Amino acid sequence: MAEPRESHRWKWLLCAPALTILVLAASGPLLIVLVYSFLTPGNMGGVIWEFSTEGWFRVFFRRDIFDPADVSLNTAHLTILWRSVWLSLQTTVICAVLGFPTAWFIATRPANTRTVWLFLITIPFWTNLLIRTFAIQELIRNSGTINTLLIWAGVIDAPIQMLFSEFAILLGMAYVFLPLMVLPLYAAMDKLDFRLVEAGYDLYASRLQVLRHVILPLVKPGFIAGSILVFIPSIGAYVTPRVLGGGRTLMLGNLIDLQFGQGRNWPLGAALAITLLVIVVAALLFYLRTLNREEGPRHG
Amino acid sequence: MAEATGRYAPADRTTVAKPRRRARNFDVRHLPGFGAVAIFTFFMLYAPILILVVFSFNAAPSQAQWGGFSLQWYEAAFNNRQVREVSIRSLWLALVASGIATTVATLAALGTTRVRRFPGQTMIYALINQPLMVPEIVTGVALLIFFAAIKVQTGYTGMGYLVAAHTAFCIPFAYLPIRARLETMDITLERAAADLYASPFQAFRHVTLPLLVPGIVAGFMLGFVISLDAVVITEFVKSAGQDTLPTYMLGQLRRNITPEMNAIATLFLALSLCIVTAFFLLTRKRG
Amino acid sequence: MKRMLATSLAALIAGGSMAAADEVVNFYNWGNVTPPELIERFEAETGIRVTVTDYDSNDTALARIRQGGHGFDLVVPSNNYVETWIEEGLVIPLDRDIVTNIDNIAPEWMDVDFDPGRQYSTPYFWGTTGLIVNTSVYDGDPHTSGIIFDPPEELSGRINVVPEMSDIITMAIRYHGGQQCETDTDILRQVRDTLMDAREHWLAMDYGNIDAYVANDISAGVYWNGGAMRARLQNDDLVYGYPQEGFSVWMDNVMVLSDAQNPEGAMKFVNFLLEPENAAAISNFSRYASGVVGYEAFLEEEMRTAPEIVTPPELVGAGAFSIPCPQEVNDIYSQIWTELMQ
Repeated sequence: MAEPRESHRWKWLLCAPALTILVLAASGPLLIVLVYSFLTPGNMGGVIWEFSTEGWFRVFFRRDIFDPADVSLNTAHLTILWRSVWLSLQTTVICAVLGFPTAWFIATRPANTRTVWLFLITIPFWTNLLIRTFAIQELIRNSGTINTLLIWAGVIDAPIQMLFSEFAILLGMAYVFLPLMVLPLYAAMDKLDFRLVEAGYDLYASRLQVLRHVILPLVKPGFIAGSILVFIPSIGAYVTPRVLGGGRTLMLGNLIDLQFGQGRNWPLGAALAITLLVIVVAALLFYLRTLNREEGPRHG
Repeated sequence: MAEATGRYAPADRTTVAKPRRRARNFDVRHLPGFGAVAIFTFFMLYAPILILVVFSFNAAPSQAQWGGFSLQWYEAAFNNRQVREVSIRSLWLALVASGIATTVATLAALGTTRVRRFPGQTMIYALINQPLMVPEIVTGVALLIFFAAIKVQTGYTGMGYLVAAHTAFCIPFAYLPIRARLETMDITLERAAADLYASPFQAFRHVTLPLLVPGIVAGFMLGFVISLDAVVITEFVKSAGQDTLPTYMLGQLRRNITPEMNAIATLFLALSLCIVTAFFLLTRKRG
Repeated sequence: MKRMLATSLAALIAGGSMAAADEVVNFYNWGNVTPPELIERFEAETGIRVTVTDYDSNDTALARIRQGGHGFDLVVPSNNYVETWIEEGLVIPLDRDIVTNIDNIAPEWMDVDFDPGRQYSTPYFWGTTGLIVNTSVYDGDPHTSGIIFDPPEELSGRINVVPEMSDIITMAIRYHGGQQCETDTDILRQVRDTLMDAREHWLAMDYGNIDAYVANDISAGVYWNGGAMRARLQNDDLVYGYPQEGFSVWMDNVMVLSDAQNPEGAMKFVNFLLEPENAAAISNFSRYASGVVGYEAFLEEEMRTAPEIVTPPELVGAGAFSIPCPQEVNDIYSQIWTELMQ
């Protein structure tokens, strides 16, 4: 690329406005959370300014409630952690499976109607998260629309319990995060050079081969962006598990919320939050590194 | 892109064993089953919305039974000042926050995409994506403590805090599609512009920016809906009289979401439909 | 893009200067319990504008106000939080010269443990945490928490328990004969085991919206009396149960914040809420009882005799005000709770 060797100042200048806002209203304040994770829980929430590692200890280990000397691995936390990761992975896959064909469908419409299709994806999201989640609840509850229709059609005799299950959480999260997959995928596809696709067919590649070897590599950046956008917020999801999961199946976001709320153990909540952050960053780095190795240096 | 063709095309030639004749009206854009999945997806997206719209006209006071057609919930929503105020505040906040977020994210994307790696780039990347990686509740508590300190110091308790918090939260959502767009964008046009002695700004204004528009639109829309949804952060950052629609509903969660909310949601949908229609008509005229 | 940015900036400036102007009182209250017409009446009477901002938990409200810089004038904490608010100096004593209606408080609510003599707080409304049962599914005695902790077969898998840690653990402690803030390890061990076993019979731990009870998607649960009444009005099969093993009585109380912008206006609002007619407006809207004398005259007929509001005399003794537990005790509860919800 024809880039002057000189300084990188202009790149920093371009990033400066975004970075200023982020440091002031997102990353900077997070340092407070790090500090809080090493403090002592205050009475009725909050913290006392006394150094303690108890919060961190509790993330991974538990003292028996009735015999503090008996220390074991905190299986409750690990279960919740694993559930969060697993449900988020499934959500990402569902979003990708539904989102890719949808984005493709939109990208292959005539140019002037594409924006309309794109808007159609986002329109449901103008209602807000809570009301949408409640609409899903209405759809899948025992006396809800789906069960009523199925009984009316004679497919089933008794309603299927769909609400308050992991299925409900998955459905809700896939619904909520789908546009986060479709929009970046579309942005990548929209610029796709169809002559390359045609070239593939000219070389007698099957549709599957073209998809695998031509289209997928070209829209990969969109896929990466989409997966990140879906996976990460899923892990910390709060409203969907609370409303559709019935609260009995906690996810990490709810566990952290519990500690900052009724549990009144802010240091533990802070430590759990940092743990979550570390896991996400590690996963992200691993993901990006694998991609880079696969692809080789692209720029420069 | 040139790399991609160079890498994959020959591979294809060797792996394809049987030559196959292509039908005359062969559509290279068609992939079997994709249309069906897309239609299914759209159906899934709109099923709950349909329920919501139908029940906003329900005469019965619950979602449990249909009690006939009625506009009472619209009337109730209009007559409830709090509902009116929180709805307008939500829209305003989403517009401002995603507007600012899209602008700064576009600049940042230009500074970090298609450039030679530079010291600190990874850090910038991490900073931009950071709001994504932290559950809202954590950012919420952190911002509560930090902003409260500023509020006490300065005495300013206006909407600026919510705007800042929402903007920061929207930046990664706006940044990623713009970046994805930039990465797949053809560099040759910009180079041609430079060859024709266009200044960097002219090249940007007349070549890069128009090509970037789909990414920017996607980023803005993402940011907009993300801001409309942001409930936990808002709950912790809001000062007196700054409830938004989601926090207003969060307050109701413990008892029952009133059907007024269905009416408001339907109105939001209608508004978004109006915008889409206007947009469609405008682009058609131009085309 | 440029035009959009300009509009945004203009709107930003306009939004920033929206405040100021006339006299305002900022009311920080639980969601969906402030009747809009009540606010309008106060504004018409006094010319003071009232903004209502909602919260959904005592802990959020406390955390929010502790940090300062919030701009609120009034808050409505539950009885078991009131002492914390007073001790930490977050609220100021009531100005008796303005709050002249203080004598309207019913005698039984006047000298309460959490605020003797009502120096700081006035009742907003009160209620009980009990059970709701659908009699078409189970027609046994609804007045026992055994319905939740050792459910009859018909109710197994059809129960919802509200995710309120102290309410549920206290209910389980009473089921095993213990006291609030119990520290006896034998009882707590039983409590944990009971909860872990009972959990298998629960469908959800949700705030459980009224519709789900009305439609019989959920057939029993732990619920508040006001919600239970709203549900019963739509489905006659539902009854409210007062656990004979013991149940919690709670009261939400209006207090004026020490960093209020407009303490005088806030005091006027407190006084206004103590008018029987206004107290009744709150009760009719929320379906919870008031602590104000003479409000019954303005009460809707169905409220006056509702079994959810009028505790059966033989069960009155089982009710007790919930009290705040010390941090160590709360910590044990929170561990049991996390295990329960894993």
